[in-house]
Amino acid sequence: MSNAVSALAGRSYSGFSTVREAGLVGMVTLRGDLESPELAVAVLAATGCAVPAQRRRTVAGDWSVCWMSPDELLLVGPYASAPGLVDQLTAALAGQHALAVDVSDARASFRVSGPKAAEVLMKLCPVDFSALEADEVRRTRLAQIAAALWTSGPEEYSLVCFRSVASYAFGVLENAARPGSELFSG
Amino acid sequence: MASLIPCPHCGPRPKEEFTVRGAVLPRPAADAPVEEWQAHVYLRENPRGDYAEHWHHSGGCRRWLVVKRNTATHAVHSVTDAAEGRP
Ligand SMILES: [Zn+2]
Repeated sequence: MSNAVSALAGRSYSGFSTVREAGLVGMVTLRGDLESPELAVAVLAATGCAVPAQRRRTVAGDWSVCWMSPDELLLVGPYASAPGLVDQLTAALAGQHALAVDVSDARASFRVSGPKAAEVLMKLCPVDFSALEADEVRRTRLAQIAAALWTSGPEEYSLVCFRSVASYAFGVLENAARPGSELFSG
Repeated sequence: MASLIPCPHCGPRPKEEFTVRGAVLPRPAADAPVEEWQAHVYLRENPRGDYAEHWHHSGGCRRWLVVKRNTATHAVHSVTDAAEGRP
């Protein structure tokens, strides 16, 4: 068994907000008919989560399920559980037009936290953070790369991108969090 | 160019999240004459006014969309999924 490492091994930076590469995170892409009862049953049995509505995120215990597109979900949870979750979904959806893939090692995951965390992301993403709802998943651009983000706690955002651009993502997040570069006073 | 595109899946989104492929055109038959394929691939009207284009929501749901807009006024008339209405 190889020793799994995340893209940036948990690198972190403390500026006016804290930016942290989240380490090993389990991520499973599930594509299929999100309206189908079989898929809803399979997702509920595997994660405890209901299939989220358009642009939403559902959470239960260790797992959360993010709506990514009309035929795609991202299941996020413990790294070590992801391969078993894929097996479970694949078995439950046998005969359905659906595909579950463990993408944990193909993605990088970040947390941006602190009272001004949104100001870091505002500089990089064309998103109205004042209108972002608590259970909303936003796929967008982070500077020049594709990313998805959501609110993961009080004063905390989670963000995922492709592993190949992890150090770029960390670099722009770190730069945007430099002390003295806050957007609003107070 | 129109700057806020109402994606049918993601809601209103800035144009920075999209990649524009170009005009929506009927595809010639596979065995159509080479002149017809040449025109299909390379020749465009570039109209001042209403225009229908394929846009990819590359920084969002990653669906192909048909964006109908006015090139003079920047008004967006409609945005639909490119697969809509297909068998
Ligand atoms: Zn979209």
